Amino acid sequence: MEIRKGIPVSPGLAIAPAIVLDSEQFRIPRRSIEAEEVEGELGRFRQAVQGAQGEIHALKERVARDVGRELGAIFDVQDALMTDKHLHEEVRELVEREHYAAEYAVSTVLKAYARKFLKLPNRYMAERVADVYDIEKRLLRHLIGAKRETLGRLTEPVIVVAHDLTPSQTASLDRSKIFAFATDGGGRTSHTAIVARAMSIPAVVGLQTITADVSGGDTVVVDGNRGLVIINPDEETVSRFRETERQFRRMEESLGNLKDLPAVTQDGHEVALWGNIEFPHEVEACLTRGASGIGLYRTEFLYLDREEDPTEEDHYQAYAEAIEALDGRPITIRTCDLGADKFTHLSGEYDERNPFLGFRSIRFSLQHIGLFKTQLRAVLRASVLGPTRIMFPLVTNLKELRQAKMILADVREDLEEEGVPFDRDLAVGIMVEVPSAALMARNFARECNFFSIGTNDLVQYTLAVDRSNEQVAGMFTAGHPAVLRLIREVVQAAYEANIQVAVCGEMAGEPMYTVLLLGLGVHALSVSPATLLEVKKIIRSVTMDQAQEVTDKILSFDSDREVNAFLSELTRRLLPEMVI
Amino acid sequence: MPTRDIEITNATGLHARPAAKFVEIASRFRSQVAVRKNDQRVNGKSVWDMLTLDAAAGTVLHLEVEGEDAEECLAQLTELLRDPDHERAGA
Repeated sequence: MEIRKGIPVSPGLAIAPAIVLDSEQFRIPRRSIEAEEVEGELGRFRQAVQGAQGEIHALKERVARDVGRELGAIFDVQDALMTDKHLHEEVRELVEREHYAAEYAVSTVLKAYARKFLKLPNRYMAERVADVYDIEKRLLRHLIGAKRETLGRLTEPVIVVAHDLTPSQTASLDRSKIFAFATDGGGRTSHTAIVARAMSIPAVVGLQTITADVSGGDTVVVDGNRGLVIINPDEETVSRFRETERQFRRMEESLGNLKDLPAVTQDGHEVALWGNIEFPHEVEACLTRGASGIGLYRTEFLYLDREEDPTEEDHYQAYAEAIEALDGRPITIRTCDLGADKFTHLSGEYDERNPFLGFRSIRFSLQHIGLFKTQLRAVLRASVLGPTRIMFPLVTNLKELRQAKMILADVREDLEEEGVPFDRDLAVGIMVEVPSAALMARNFARECNFFSIGTNDLVQYTLAVDRSNEQVAGMFTAGHPAVLRLIREVVQAAYEANIQVAVCGEMAGEPMYTVLLLGLGVHALSVSPATLLEVKKIIRSVTMDQAQEVTDKILSFDSDREVNAFLSELTRRLLPEMVI
Repeated sequence: MPTRDIEITNATGLHARPAAKFVEIASRFRSQVAVRKNDQRVNGKSVWDMLTLDAAAGTVLHLEVEGEDAEECLAQLTELLRDPDHERAGA
C-alpha cells in the first residue's frame, strides 16, 4: 500500500482498478496470456524492438546528415537502452512467469525504471525519464499500434490515471464507467478539475508522479475530499474507505431533499442559485440538483476538440439545446475565453512567454472579429428561445467593453436588416475578474447590465499566484482579505448603479464561502452542479442578519489564515454532515 | 576477483552516453561486471541499471569483475571511467 498526496479538486471517494494513460493518452490494457502463447508473445516483443530500433537508426542517420554526427550520437543512448540485454531479460521474465502480454510487461518494466529515475536527486538523471517514455511509446506503438484503446470503450468501472487531461479528452468520457481521476499535473482550477466537478467525479490533481507510481490494473482509492490517492490499499483501508463512502452517500441523500426547495435564507431573502456548465447536456445535471438557471455557460469548449472553428450553426445548436432544456429559466452565455490554458488550433499559433497576462479571452475576440461576430449572431438568434444574457470575460478597461458592445450593435443591425428575430432587451454584462475592473467597477456599472465576479482569475491576478503551479498553489485562496475587499467594492458599485451582481468562480461553489458571499450582498451564485445542494443547505440555514454579522467579522481579519479558519469552523457547524 | 575504486571526475558525472559506452565495453567480455555505489550494487552490463546509479562528479564507484578475462575488462573499464568524455584526450 502506498499513499500519495495531491490537490483535492473534486469531492467524493472512489475505489476501482486504475487505467493508466500513456504519454499519448492511450491506455495500456492489463492483459494476460495462456502458457502456450509465451513464445509467440516473446516473438512479438523481439519484433517490436527491431522495429523501434530501425526507427532510431533512421532518425540517427537523418540527424547526423542534417545537423551533424555529434547530435546523431544522442540516439546511441536510446539504442543502447532499447537493446539492453538486462531489460530484455526482465520483460521475458514477466511474460514467462507471470504470463503478462508483451505490451503490459514492457510497460510494467519501464514504469519501474521511470520510478527509479524520478527518485534520483540528480536533475540530469530525472530527465532520463523522458527517454523512458519515448522508448515506451515506440515499443507500444509496435506492440499494440492501431489497436490501442481510447477512453471511449470502457466496459468496467475504472479510475483514470494520466499526466493531465485535455478538455477534449474529458469531453468524450463515459461518466458511468469512470469513477475518479488522478493526474500528475494541474491545479485547483485546471481543466481536469473543472470538468471533474461538472461531472461530479472525484479527482485529485498535482500528484506529480502518479502515472509512474500506478500500473494499469492496480486497485486505487481516490479521496477527492482530502486529496489522497492510495495505491493497492490493504484490507483495513478498504473497509474504512467503504464506511466513509457510505457516510458520503448518506449526506448526498439527506441533501437530496433540498433539491425542490428554494434557495432562501431563514428570514426569507432569496438568492439565485445557478449552475455552471461547459456543455449543453450538463443543464440536466444542474436542474436535477435544483439549479434555478445557468449562470455561466463556458462556450470555449465549442472551439476545442475540433480542427476548424465552429460555424454559426454549431454555436446556435449548442445554445438552443441549453436554452430549451432550461425551459424558461435564465442562462448567461459567456463569449469565448480562449488563450492562457485553453487553446484551439487558432489561438495555439501564438507563442507567449506569459500567456495568463497575454493574448486571451476578450482580447483575442476583439482581434478576431469574424470569429467573435459568428458567436454573437448565434447568441442573439438563440435569445428568442428563452431568457438569455451575454457576458464578456476578462474585461480590463472600458474601451474593451465599449468595443465589444459596438460589435454586438453591428451584429444586431445585420440581423435586423435580414429580418432575423432576437431578444431586443438582451442583457449585456461583464465578468469582473481582473483587479483593474474591480477597482473601476463604478465606471463599468454605468455601461453594462450586470456583473459576474470570476473569482478564479481575480484571485490569481490579485495574489500573483499561478493556480496550476504546484509549488505556489497553496497560496491561491479566495479567503485573502485583498480579494474580499475587491469583491465588496464590486458589490457596492453594483448596488449603487442598481444592477445585478453574481459570483460564478469556484469560490461560489465552496460551501465555506457561502455565508460570506450572502453577507456581502451578492444576488446570485453560480456553481458547479456537484456542490449546488451543499450551498443551498447553507443558504437555508442562516438569516441575512447572521450573514452580515459574519461578514463584518471576516472583513476585520488581516490574513487569509484567520478568514479560512473562521469559515471552516462555521461551515462545520452549519453543515455537520459534510465529509471533510 | 579483481576490484577497483574509481572516482568520477568529469563535471557531468557518469551520464547516459558514457554509461552506454561502459556497458558496451563490459558486454564484450565474458566476465561478470558489478558496480557498487555505497549500498547499491548493479549489473555493469545493463545501461538501465547503470543509470540508476546516478553517479555525479565526485562519486566513488567500486568495480568488481569476475571471470577468465576479468583483468583486461577491468583495465578497459577503468580507462573509460577516468576520462568518460575524452576531456583529457587532447581534443
